[in-house]
This record gives sequence, C-alpha cells and structure tokens, in this order.
Amino acid sequence: MPLDALAPGDEAGVIAAVLAAGAAREPLLVEGRGTKRGMLRPVQAARSLSTRNLVGVTLHAPQELIVSARAGTPLPDLEAKLAEGGQGIIAEPPDLQGLLGTEGVQTLGGVVATNLSGPRRVAWGAMRDHVMGVRAVNGSGELIRSGGRVLKNVTGLDLCKLLTGSHGTLGVITEVTLKVLPIAELTGSLLLPGLDAVRGVAALSAALGSPYGVSGAAWLPAEAAERVPGLGGQGAVALVRIEDFSASVHYRLGRLVTDLAAFGPAQTLDDAASKAAWRAVRDAVPLRTEVGDAVWRISVRPSAGPAVVDAVAVAGGRCFLDWGGGLAWVAGAPALHDAVAAAARAGGGTWTVLRAPEGMRAAVHVVPPEAVAMAAITRRVKAAMDPGGILNPGRLYAGM
Amino acid sequence: MIAQPPPKADVLARRDDILAGLSHLVAKTGLITEALRLKPYETDGLPAYRQTPMAVVLPETTEQVAAVLRFCHQNGVRVIPRGAGTSLAGGALPLADSVVVGLMRMNRILDIDYGDRCATVQAGVTNIGITQAVAGEGFFYAPDPSSQLACMIGGNIGMNSGGAHCLKYGVTVNNLLGLRIVTMEGDIVDLGGAHLDAAGYDWLGLMTGSEGMLAMVTEVTVRILRAPEGARAMLVAFDSNEVAGQAVDAIIGSGIIPVALEYMDRPAIHACEAFAHAGYPLDAEALLIIEVEGSTAEQDDLLGRIAGLCGPFHPISLRVSQSAEESLAIWKGRKGAFGAVGRISPDYLCMDGTIPTGQLPFVLRRINEMSDAYGLKVANIFHAGDGNLHPLIMFDANLAGDFEKAEHFGADVLRLCVEVGGCLTGEHGVGVEKRDLMHVQFTETELNQQRRIKSAFDPDWLLNPSKVFPLLEGDARQSGVPALAA
Repeated sequence: MPLDALAPGDEAGVIAAVLAAGAAREPLLVEGRGTKRGMLRPVQAARSLSTRNLVGVTLHAPQELIVSARAGTPLPDLEAKLAEGGQGIIAEPPDLQGLLGTEGVQTLGGVVATNLSGPRRVAWGAMRDHVMGVRAVNGSGELIRSGGRVLKNVTGLDLCKLLTGSHGTLGVITEVTLKVLPIAELTGSLLLPGLDAVRGVAALSAALGSPYGVSGAAWLPAEAAERVPGLGGQGAVALVRIEDFSASVHYRLGRLVTDLAAFGPAQTLDDAASKAAWRAVRDAVPLRTEVGDAVWRISVRPSAGPAVVDAVAVAGGRCFLDWGGGLAWVAGAPALHDAVAAAARAGGGTWTVLRAPEGMRAAVHVVPPEAVAMAAITRRVKAAMDPGGILNPGRLYAGM
Repeated sequence: MIAQPPPKADVLARRDDILAGLSHLVAKTGLITEALRLKPYETDGLPAYRQTPMAVVLPETTEQVAAVLRFCHQNGVRVIPRGAGTSLAGGALPLADSVVVGLMRMNRILDIDYGDRCATVQAGVTNIGITQAVAGEGFFYAPDPSSQLACMIGGNIGMNSGGAHCLKYGVTVNNLLGLRIVTMEGDIVDLGGAHLDAAGYDWLGLMTGSEGMLAMVTEVTVRILRAPEGARAMLVAFDSNEVAGQAVDAIIGSGIIPVALEYMDRPAIHACEAFAHAGYPLDAEALLIIEVEGSTAEQDDLLGRIAGLCGPFHPISLRVSQSAEESLAIWKGRKGAFGAVGRISPDYLCMDGTIPTGQLPFVLRRINEMSDAYGLKVANIFHAGDGNLHPLIMFDANLAGDFEKAEHFGADVLRLCVEVGGCLTGEHGVGVEKRDLMHVQFTETELNQQRRIKSAFDPDWLLNPSKVFPLLEGDARQSGVPALAA
C-alpha cells in the first residue's frame, strides 16, 4: 500500500501533483477508487494519485447520445443519471468486486483506463469504441485533450484509443465523454441446455451469424450455470440474448428457436430473468474462485473457445465462455499460467491476469509480451507520454 | 498552394541510385519513374494540390513493402503510402523527393471465416470488394463511405472512414480486428487478430485514422456481419431547417436508432434530384432520408413510429418506400450527391466537419450567410444522426481567385464547427487540406504530444510527413519535433 494518498479535487490539482512527482522523480500509483488495484502487475510507488474527487456529469445531451463526466464519478451514479433519460453505457462494463475481492464502487475513469467490456461487446463494441473524448494529464503534467463531444471525429491521432485501456500508464484521465444509447424496451434470452463446449459454441456462432441482432452469447459449463439463478440443474447451457422493442424481441426469439432447432429444445427467459442472468455473466459470477487462485481473461477467435475450455480443464482450472466463445474467464492455481498462456496463443489471442497472488503478479507476463519491433515502439510511446516514467510504472510490462 | 517542406537536396542528387536500388525490390512493372506514367499519382481526390513524386513503387507482398521501407529508411527517402487515391483531404499528396508506395497490387482476399465472422484481406482490396466477397453467404462489411466502389481498405484504416450507416454499425475502427503493418524501419508486425480484445495498448485504435504516418498497413482483418432480413427507407420533407433538426432530435430522443439518418438542404435536394430522379420533393427546405432494418413487420413498426414522431413537426411530405427498388433509388440520389453537384458546378470542395446535432439550424444559417458573403453557392449534406456535416462549396477553378475563395469559405465553416463544440473532420481526415487549421482545435502542447507519438513510430519523419501537423518554423524537415523525439 502506498504511504501517501493524493486525491485532488480538480484538474489543476492533478496537474500540480504530477508536476511535483516529476520534479521529485517519484512514481505515482494512478487510480480511481482502487477497486481494480489487484489487476496486472503491482506498482511500486510511495504515493498514490486518485481521481476519486473529480466527480460529476459535466454534459448530458440525450438527443446527441453524448455524456461527459469527470473521471472519479462513481459508475453507478453515472448509470443512474443516464437511466433517467432511458439511456445506458453501451459496453455494459462489469463490476468485478466479487471476483477481485475488493469493495467499493468503481469509477468511470477506472473502467475506461482498464477498457473492461461486458457481454454486449460481441455486438456493440468495447468501452474503447464509445470513448468519444478524453481529457488527461500526461507524465509531464500537461493537459492533453483528444476527441471531443461529437460522435464522429478523425481529427489528429486518436489518443482516446491509446489512453483507454492504458491502465493509467500514459496519462491520468480526468474527464471522459462517452457515446451512449437508449436502453432497450425489452430483454429476452434463449437457453439451450445440455450442450458441451463444442456444440454450445456452434450454437452461439449460429445465433451470432443470424440476422436477428444477438447482443449476448455465452456458454456455461454445469458448475458455472449452477451459480446463476434460474440456470442451474440442466447441465451445461448456451445462452443467447436479444435486446430491442418488445415485439421485435418476441419475433426474433421465435425465429432463433426455429433456426437453432438442431441444438435441441430451447427455453426462453423473460425480461427479469434475462437481466439477472446477463448481469451475472457480465460480472463473472459463474466463475468460482478459491483463496490463492489466479484469474485470467482470455480473448481468442470464438471457434477456439472450446479448445481453451479443454486446456483449462486438463490443467485443473475452471472457466466459462462469453462473446460467442471468444472470451474465456479462467480461474485456478497460479501454476496454470503457462497452460493458460499456451491456450490463448493456440487460439490466436491474448490473456490478461486479472487477479493473482503478489508473487505471481510480479513474476509472469500479465499480458502477452510484444514482438521485439513493437516492444521498442511501445517503450518510445511510453516515453513520449510519460518521459520520467512516473505514471504506474511496471503496471503492464516489467521495467516500463 | 499549401506550403510543403523543401525537398532534400541529397536525396534528389542520388535519384538515379535510389531508383536503381528500388528496382531490385519489386517486380519490373512495379517501379514507375517516367514522367507520363507518374502523372496519375501526382494528386488524389483533392486535385487542387499536385506534386510529381520521384517514383512510384507497387509492391505485391508484405515482404516487398518491408524491403522498400527498409531501403527508404536507410537512404533517408520520404514515403507516401497510397491506396486508391480517393482521399478528399490530400492524404496521398506526394512530395517532390518522395517515393509513393501504392497498394493496388495487393488486392487479394486471404481468408473468410463465417463461423468467426471475420475476413482477412490485403490492404488494396476495395471497400465494396469485401462485401461482394461475403454477400453470397448473406454477410457484409459495415462501413460504407461514398467512395466505396473505389476506395481501398488500407486507406479506410488510414482515415478511419465512416459512411452513411455508421450511426448503427460504427466506423472503420469499430469493425477492425487485426492488422499486419510494416514499420518505416522495415519490420513486419501483427496487431490484434481474429479476437475481439487486444491486451496491452490499443495499437489498432491508434493506427486507425493515423493517416499513414505511423506505419504502412498491408493486411487487414475485419468483422463481417450477417445482413439484416431487410431494410427500407423513408423520405420526410420539411419547410425549414429548424423544424427538421427538431424532428431529428425527437427521433433519437425516442429511443429509435435508425440505421441511417441523412439530411439534405434545398440546394442538395435539387442537385441530387436532377441526377437521380428519386422523387425528392423540390419545394422542401430540408429532407431526411431515414432507413430502418429488420423483418417487413419490424420495418413497418419502426417507420410507423418515426412517422408518428415527425407528425407534430408538420412535414410537407412523408413517403415510405414501397419496394427495394424504390429504396435503392432514394439512396442513389444521396450516394451520388458528389457527382450531382459536379454536374451543376465546374468544381467543388467537399468539407467534412462534425457538430453537435443540436447546433444544426444555427450552423446552416451561418453557412448560408457565408455563402452570400463569399458569393459562392453551397449545398449541405449531413449525417444527421452523428452530426457529420458535408458542405459542398461550388466554385470555378478557371476564375482567378475562385479556388482561394472556396478554401477560405471552407476554413471558416470548419472554424465554426469547432466553435460550436465540434471538430475539423468527421471522416475524411486532416491530410494537407486541414493541416494548417489544426491549431483551431488543439493547443500547441497537444499537437506536440501527437507529434511525439509520430516520432515514436517514425523518428526520422519519413512516413507521410507534412500531413496532419502544421509545419514547424526553422526545422530542416519543417515537420515534426526532432528535439522532442522519444
């Protein structure tokens, strides 16, 4: 834990804190409310710089599908404000408190800095796809704005993308502008029980390849399904979601029942049951974890999902699949790391260590190492944003 | 003519050696050096600016691109990446001492995977070529810029191209999964793949829209989507821009996101109708083209809701397309808008700002005032759902001073876009056209931050230099910030 916690109340305070740290050559642990502090590698810093006191919605234009808020705004507050106008955050970022063993609400800046997206990612994109504008303080204490408050913008290099998912290593995000969308009138789901991973992902693929606008596609092994209210007792299940106007949801679920008949009889879940189930999937509730476990998120081509499931089972871990098979949530002993990395590579994808014992966090590649040529560019980009290397050093890559 | 950095004397002096070196790296027919054959490469979709390059090379493989870039890097030669040359912002404008690397021979579809819903293609495949390759299975590639028949996916990456349907489906970056890139030093790097989320920094996001300044793209993996069951358009006409703008707000505010929501003002309506005979109402001040998707019943439902929402704004006409053919004709008018304006004016400049949609009536009023003041006609086409405005400023290049007048008019429009909370370019890119307006939107500190990132990828500023960033005084390269090089 850092010795000293800085939590300025405005952007000028953030700039002053970064300038002071730069002058003293002292690294900063950059965070919001620290709910995801256990992700990736540990940061060695004597001070933390939190954006928790930068709060409030600064612009909400529902007709323009735009909202701006300061980085420390608690995500539930922002979602409640948007819901008043019938709108929501498109990527439905997960709340991983349960999984990460932390308490407290996460901030807007935190979900942007970690680019965490929920089940809707498969249809509507990631957090990064909806970050239209960012204000951030770079490692030199300079205010850098990128993007803006409009939906289409290609003016200059897209630093919104670079900062989103940069885990506070390139700049301290102080304010974010998001594209938002209306919350659907109705949510409905199709439950296909008794499918193993191969058949389950085949069903999800058929659903996602249909013209019906599927906005969620997950596969849960029996043990994982037991942990979700309403899904238990039927073995492994595939789950498909439609969100739209009521008549469309009923029509589309009906068509999917017919089109997916080859995968056996399907059940439908109503609005309340669907929302509860998908909230659980979003927050990785189906994944059972034990004390001392590590947790990984693996992103692979969807058809590689079943092979990841097999590899994890062979290594003695647990997992379930979202994003049509393309996202595997994995839990197990730290010793699984090499098997997890190998499975991600075999599926042409990547891994991220979400949680792990301290020793493991510092010892393994928490994300895949980059090719030599790209790693050199990465170091230069880090230096271009944070020449003194004071922002979350070592968070993503050792020594950087 | 916009200021360009002076050619490097040492490069021009070694011209013959450099061309000889390049001749070993690509097929015999892949090196163009004769003045007459260089002619088509001296400009792009912004023909007011022209410059003959030293040579054009047309590689056929990623390895050839890498060899060419490595050679140019070793010899300090500037490189201009080029796709189909459809940039409206001068993104592919050469420099006198540069080598243009054209990707048109890299036009193969490499892999289509319907199960994983992605396609991998070489960078020289046209935008429409991807959709054509997958349409037989009922799939499509979503971003659809007006130039989609000609423009190449590599160029779409460079400019983060949009289109009329991005309100629902997003722009290029939102439909991108993987890239194979070649750095200026000649290294081949794969970014992303067929999976959704990259770990580490979002290089795909940074590359997209970087206007060929960071690295060259040779292969692209995009998401392909299953086409909806059907789509249908409706036309709603209003007698004022204010009222039409309010109708747009009412539709979006209702929770309906149409797949497209296009807006034309009176001059655009007249130009497009003369061209396409789509039945556009000629007595209207503003016309909305609204398209929805789904089954026939779903289309009926949505179009009925939208008609109901428009009712209180007293449209002067409201017509729902009755057939796929009628929808096609409606779109033909809109997609042919540039050609249509080309028929009524010898020349035009197509601008590309974005504004908060609520500012539309004010911005159109100001543009019309500017039109009177400059004495140049303007037609406005607008992606109303996402605020992307395309004023087409008409002029006659044969009249002395007319082009300069049109440029000033255009710059004033873009300043106005920034003033009301918008930006200089929504989907065309900065290129050279808007380069010297960048300080209207960004502070010098912010521009220097972007320049340092350019330097991180291309420390010697050889790759498409003199685009996007205003030239710096007193710098030998007159571009970039060597003192800040990371």
